[in-house]
Amino acid sequence: MLAAVVLLTFMIVRWVPGDPARNILGLTAGPAQVAQVRQELGLTNSIWQQFGHYISGLARGDLGRSFVNQQPIAQMIGQRLSLTAELAISALVVVLVIGFPLGILAGWLQHHGRARGFGFGVATGSSLAGALPEYITGTLLIFVFALTLRVLPVQGGPGFTGMALPALAVGLAPAAVFTRLVRNETVSVLSQEYIATAMSKRLPGIRLILRHVLPNVATSTLTLGGLLLVALLGGTVITENVFNISGLGTGIVQAIVHDDYPAVQGILLVLAVIAVVINLSVDITLGLLDPRVLSKRPS
Amino acid sequence: MIARRGRKLPAVLIAGAALLMVMILVAAIAPILWGSKAAALTSDIRLGHSARHLLGTDSLGRDVFYRTLVASRLSMLMALLATALAVAIGLILGAGIVAAGRHARATGGRVIDLLVSYPPIIIALAITAIFSPSRISVVGAIGLAFCPQFARLGNTLAASVSAKDYVTSTRFLGVSRVRLLSRHILPNIAAPILVLASVGFATSTIAISGLSFLGLGVQEPSYDWGSLLAAGLQDLSVNPIEATGPAIAILLTGLGAGLVGDGLARYWEPRLPGISAARAGKRRPRPQPQGTGSPAHDGDNTGRDRTVAEVRDLRVSATGERGGVPLVRGVSLDIGAGEVVGLVGESGSGKSLTAMALARLLPPGLAWSADRLVINGMNLAAPGSPPARLATEVGIVFQDPTSCFNPALRIGTQLTEVLRVHKKVDRKTAASMAVAGLREVRVPAPESRLSQYPHELSGGMRQRAMIAMALLTEPALLIADEPTTALDVTVQADVLRLLHRINTDYGTAILLISHDINVVATLSHRVCVMYGGRVVEEVAVEDLRAGRVQHPYTKALLAAAPDRSAHRVTNPLRPLPGRPPRPGQIGHECSFASRCPLVMAKCRAEAPQLTTHGSGRVACHAVQIPVAVGDEQ
Repeated sequence: MLAAVVLLTFMIVRWVPGDPARNILGLTAGPAQVAQVRQELGLTNSIWQQFGHYISGLARGDLGRSFVNQQPIAQMIGQRLSLTAELAISALVVVLVIGFPLGILAGWLQHHGRARGFGFGVATGSSLAGALPEYITGTLLIFVFALTLRVLPVQGGPGFTGMALPALAVGLAPAAVFTRLVRNETVSVLSQEYIATAMSKRLPGIRLILRHVLPNVATSTLTLGGLLLVALLGGTVITENVFNISGLGTGIVQAIVHDDYPAVQGILLVLAVIAVVINLSVDITLGLLDPRVLSKRPS
Repeated sequence: MIARRGRKLPAVLIAGAALLMVMILVAAIAPILWGSKAAALTSDIRLGHSARHLLGTDSLGRDVFYRTLVASRLSMLMALLATALAVAIGLILGAGIVAAGRHARATGGRVIDLLVSYPPIIIALAITAIFSPSRISVVGAIGLAFCPQFARLGNTLAASVSAKDYVTSTRFLGVSRVRLLSRHILPNIAAPILVLASVGFATSTIAISGLSFLGLGVQEPSYDWGSLLAAGLQDLSVNPIEATGPAIAILLTGLGAGLVGDGLARYWEPRLPGISAARAGKRRPRPQPQGTGSPAHDGDNTGRDRTVAEVRDLRVSATGERGGVPLVRGVSLDIGAGEVVGLVGESGSGKSLTAMALARLLPPGLAWSADRLVINGMNLAAPGSPPARLATEVGIVFQDPTSCFNPALRIGTQLTEVLRVHKKVDRKTAASMAVAGLREVRVPAPESRLSQYPHELSGGMRQRAMIAMALLTEPALLIADEPTTALDVTVQADVLRLLHRINTDYGTAILLISHDINVVATLSHRVCVMYGGRVVEEVAVEDLRAGRVQHPYTKALLAAAPDRSAHRVTNPLRPLPGRPPRPGQIGHECSFASRCPLVMAKCRAEAPQLTTHGSGRVACHAVQIPVAVGDEQ
């Protein structure tokens, strides 16, 4: 998987139609300048040499230098990564804090055929919120909380006040999807026979939910929750541009606009690695939560 | 497969389609009617709402309302093209992989899985990075970014369809691969593809607008909703209304297409509310080879005159949309202290529901009523029965030990839970009680079991642990609902012996539910035969074993059960013809009338009542009539 990602990011510059050097410099540049940039891009060498150079650079943690300001790409990514990570994790917190309680409550009520109005509200509310793209949510949040109520800043940044609105913007739609997922899983767990066993113990409702329902719902929602987490990464990229957060998302958009190919390559590679790591960690967490997966290891 | 005649279109489908139609109409006519208005530059820069400019003007004084309307053509056209691209490439790849052969199927499936796990927006960014941003690059980028999802869908669907018999048979008939794909596979998977395509249209509208919003899509002087929204965000502090037009347009399109997808899904696969609730109350008895070893039965227990459970005229019916269908129709039952009462009948006879109603554990969607429902002195017909007493005085053993333990919790946690919650026993004492309980039911190495998870125990061991769990609180009544049905024959006999020992050693009363009359006859003192939600015969076990039964249904049950008669050659098994009635179909007639060999005119007119007959009780006109004068109460 990682090898494929490396290969693809390497190929991006090679696939650019026309001459990448010409794209960078514009039509006014002279042939000498173009030749020099071609040299810097390493486009004069054979494709195998280029690839070898790229790989050996990667091994040293060297992602090349930006065409725009000559800064090392690795350093630029290092600065931007922490903000992106903070936003993605805050958004995940939003998803979990909204999704689990609301979804389990809705599932519980639906299973018992009570409070139909509430269930309908959750169903329609989550359908509507789930269809909200993060850039619209973000714009709306800025309007309400930053410009009208003036309680939170327009500009996103590190810390609670800087992250509150961006995290909500990224997390709201996935939270709605996750709520529905949790609700459906709760309904299906509640009709399992082991819940009948637990019911026969006449446990207090809270204990029944926390002890008997939640672990099973969590296990079964995690697989899709993992996909959701990767989606959060995509939402982060867009939302950073709404709140002007200098993370990887704004970084890649600027890099694309300025034809800064090494920066594009570097950021795409890092985002891809993050996505792979998330998928992997979801698998590992699943293993920890579900004893059936765990016991397959030799003890 | 697609057409479902005679079914109503879901309201969401109609609403979504209407919404989309309006949007499409606007997209078609807006550029023609208002194209010049939308492009007109005025000196009225960043005006708010007014009668002239419904949504104000932008930074160049252009009317935002008209610009939003005009932008709908480009926005929706791009989304349509991107979706078409994603569907076409995705399906050809996904379905093609299946048709190509086994090796391509395996590797292709893995590649698709990898691509799907990657956020489409990042794939789209990578593609936009290669081709400089324009309306064409954005369509290509989003189309390609979404095609893994369609490839996976196409792959799964085609694989599931091609595994079906008719496809295998056409393959044998030498049908070519292309024809196989176009004539046999594609038509069968069209429905889910249409659903995903409408959802895909919604998401690609949003994604394309997103890229334009980032400045990576449509470039000046062209404009779509995304670029309008980006301009609106710039002016948000000065003129907030500017952003509303494009935002609402994106949302309405997304909503309309989403509703269509949702509606189509419901149209083709409508959920049936109420079914699950009715099913939840039913056990699924599996036909198993019978012939359990019979533990010695001494029959006599002391103190049987005190009743542990007393039930009068218990009724259970479904509520909700299938409301009012009676499932249990007036069952009266007594269980004495130390007595084992068997409840036998085919699946759907209401025996499990009777037991669950008795324990006050009916699943939601079912309502019950009873003239009297008393367990060990607790009046359960009155509201507010104490949960702690119910939990400790009634123990329940369910049918399937594999599904009755919570897979995510350790055995110890589950065994000690009632003690800890209701009897406030501390952790250590509860654990040692659980170990003692497990040892009592002969679970080997009981100490180490507490820290194990249910899947680490064998089926028979789990059923023993389940019995131990039910007995830990020393209940007065143990309800065993098909306790042996899911077990192997050898383990069945073990579990029956165990239940028998519990009854004789501790005097625990047992309500034993089974579809297997041999199991019931082995263990019970008294047997109630249920049919169509009623008790049709109540008989002492000695009479049952001797074949002295009255009701034609009980006789049929005995005749259909193996192992009853030693003379199998001269006395072959006689399976009972016909099927038990469905709950909604029972009217005033005897519910067994349609299968009964002794059926008379009276049986079709009125249902017989349960009356004392000989040493037992029976509900049958044919049996009652000859002695009716003297015997009726």
